[in-house]
Amino acid sequence: MRAHRLPHIWCPGCGLGNALRCYVEAMEASDTPLDKHVCVSGIGCSGRAAGYVNVDSYHTTHGRPIPFATGLKLVRPELEVTVFSGDGDLVTIGGNHLIHAARRNLDLNVLCANNFNYGMTGGQFGATTPYAARTTTTPYGNFEQAFNLPLLVAASGATFVSRWTSLHVRQLTKAIERAFEVDGFAFVEILSPCPVGFGRKNEFADALAEMTHFREKAIVRHDADLREVGITMRREDPIILGNFVDEERPSYFVGKDDLLKSVLEGRE
Amino acid sequence: MTGEHFMKGDEALVEGSIAAGCRFYAGYPITPSSEIAERMAWRMPLVGGDYIQIEDEMGSLAAVIGASCAGAKAMTATSGPGFSLMMEHIGLAIMLEAPCVVVDIQRGGPSTGLPTLMSQGDMMQARWGSHGDYEMVAYAPGTVQEMFDFAIKAFNTAERFRVPVLVMGDQIVGQMTARLVIPSEEEIEVSYRPLPDVPPEEYSPADVSRLVPPMVLPGEGYGLHMTALTHDEFGYPETSASRQESLVPRLIRKIKENEQDIVEYEERLLDDAEVGLVVYGSMKGPGWEAVQAARKEGIKAGILRLITPWPFPREPVERLSERVAAILVAEVNMGQMVHSVREYARCPVHHLGHPGGRIFHPDEILRALRKVIT
Amino acid sequence: MRTEIRMAGFGGQGIITMGKILGRAAVIYDRRPAVLTEDYGPEKIGGWSKADLVLSDEEIQYPLVDRLDIFLALSQDGYEMFHHTLRVDGQALFESDLVNPEKGWKQRTTFIPALQTASDMGKKVVANIVMIGALVELTQVVSVKAAKKAILDSIPKGTEDLNEAAFSKGRELAREEGG
Repeated sequence: MRAHRLPHIWCPGCGLGNALRCYVEAMEASDTPLDKHVCVSGIGCSGRAAGYVNVDSYHTTHGRPIPFATGLKLVRPELEVTVFSGDGDLVTIGGNHLIHAARRNLDLNVLCANNFNYGMTGGQFGATTPYAARTTTTPYGNFEQAFNLPLLVAASGATFVSRWTSLHVRQLTKAIERAFEVDGFAFVEILSPCPVGFGRKNEFADALAEMTHFREKAIVRHDADLREVGITMRREDPIILGNFVDEERPSYFVGKDDLLKSVLEGRE
Repeated sequence: MTGEHFMKGDEALVEGSIAAGCRFYAGYPITPSSEIAERMAWRMPLVGGDYIQIEDEMGSLAAVIGASCAGAKAMTATSGPGFSLMMEHIGLAIMLEAPCVVVDIQRGGPSTGLPTLMSQGDMMQARWGSHGDYEMVAYAPGTVQEMFDFAIKAFNTAERFRVPVLVMGDQIVGQMTARLVIPSEEEIEVSYRPLPDVPPEEYSPADVSRLVPPMVLPGEGYGLHMTALTHDEFGYPETSASRQESLVPRLIRKIKENEQDIVEYEERLLDDAEVGLVVYGSMKGPGWEAVQAARKEGIKAGILRLITPWPFPREPVERLSERVAAILVAEVNMGQMVHSVREYARCPVHHLGHPGGRIFHPDEILRALRKVIT
Repeated sequence: MRTEIRMAGFGGQGIITMGKILGRAAVIYDRRPAVLTEDYGPEKIGGWSKADLVLSDEEIQYPLVDRLDIFLALSQDGYEMFHHTLRVDGQALFESDLVNPEKGWKQRTTFIPALQTASDMGKKVVANIVMIGALVELTQVVSVKAAKKAILDSIPKGTEDLNEAAFSKGRELAREEGG
């Protein structure tokens, strides 16, 4: 952490502090020295993370940290490049880049803090806001359906797909370490309470209530059917967590090198 | 590639970029710039570079800026609709001071407009399209040889000043095939961005005495941070008017204080001229032919061709306007660069414009020149 | 002197390749300025296609054709779209079986059975090379030597003899038909 940048901008009860701590601990535990880690973030509360971690970091534009990281990683494949950003940034405005990056299977790590709303701009709904949830732009409840992120990213072709809450510190840190290890696109969804933007509009009395809900309803099922892990506003529905996908698939670099070698050598 | 070629403008631009050291291309196909992507896709792996097709133009320029921050000379190319989508990231490149080259092979607009036909309708967008205050550098090539030569200029200027630089081509110069001479590698001068000259432990980005600060690359232990927010010299965000006052004027001064060095233009037959023709890009050839034809008729015409429409060559326009009775600006749009000419000219300025789809024939320019002097 | 040539046909006939070969012959081997521009309909195969070539002794300022000195048509569509752009004293070269000019067509015209000739040689794709042979013989817009070299630069390896034969055949036909 960059101590001189603290205190951070995040509200009391926000899950981002924990999420960032897990990322930092995972970096410290990884085989890659810290000066070979790079953090790229977009815009939003979580976008500020890049400024707090004490590794080389870039705070880019809204929705585009993934393509920025793509360019960076292609030029410097030896660096461990991680995108740390939020659901609005990565999934709503930047959703197209997310699915294409997963399809391309470039060796990037994407840590997506999902708090179900746009926190920084005052709590509007986005593509991850569950049906019927209240936000400042869904005063009657959200008419739309939310993305089921593990299903979306797995279907797009990611090598590693995982979901934890910001309270599952140990499992989350391990999942991020695994994301660094795998050769290919790794995606970790971090369910993160947003008491000010989301919780209090949705009948969570305070930060503690939203956290308690996360803890009580969380069940770990690594082999879950991903069609069934969507998040709802029904209090009785479970929140399914786990490392859902961890597969060997040829990464972008492997695929590219194989093809170039065979075609160019065949030519000589 | 050294030697003589019969090559398409778009392809010549690729060779110029490679000669300048470009080793990264990200883009999204669009007519009439796709030949650039196609040749890049073939050439990049052969020169040890990367070609990647991104899912849209916003992401393309974001990837180019990421590659630039990683240390590569990087570029993208597009046309009208894609250029519009790139505007936000022109601002990112300015704010992160990430050198890169963006090529716009202009076609007729607005919107989808004329995908296969030329225009010069993006000239003001080139200057002002991204939000906020900044200076812009743009080159406007008029021949296949200039597509090669100006690509090199664009990369060198981008690297020297750590700015995005535009190459404002168009469908005619991009898709025509003509003679191209590629000089030997030793004859081509290339620049690279300033880098820190001290090891990480001695390094401080707070060296505000430098207009163009050294660019720290990732993975070398400098612990860098860069943000698109208004930031201090260490790269950390600071939302205040006073920080804005120290950052934005410096970004502008990088270009302003080096204008003499950056601005390029070409003057012909101006010594005794009574009427001045101002053109740029593909209008260079037709303009020159019209001026020669005018001279044959006894009209004392001369030509000022803008090599860099941006920064705008103010001084040559001022000088020209003091010498001639009137200026004619001939451009394939309904009136764009003519505004800047009017801003600096002290004589009447006339406009010959067209909404796009074709360039002017020299005879049309000649007729307009005749009108201007009567 | 400035010479403006337009070649028109449909996609797949090698119209653009003709333009590239002639331009290359002029620029690289005859060492004269040439500028090629091309255009085609929205469908890349089967739609109309054209290549415009400007040749000159001086640097070419205006890159587009204006009033054609020479017009080659390899399809009826190509003829119909562009025949009006040929000067009154211009020279036309039409594919015998594919182009049927309207009554009253007055310009000097040579009909070349390029497609039949290429078919007889066993490869329809060299019809454009037959046409180049005829054009060079009739108009000398580029030298025979330069045309031959530019053809060899532009064709797949192993087809050199076929293409040289097609080029010679085109020249022969021009001598017979054009007189």
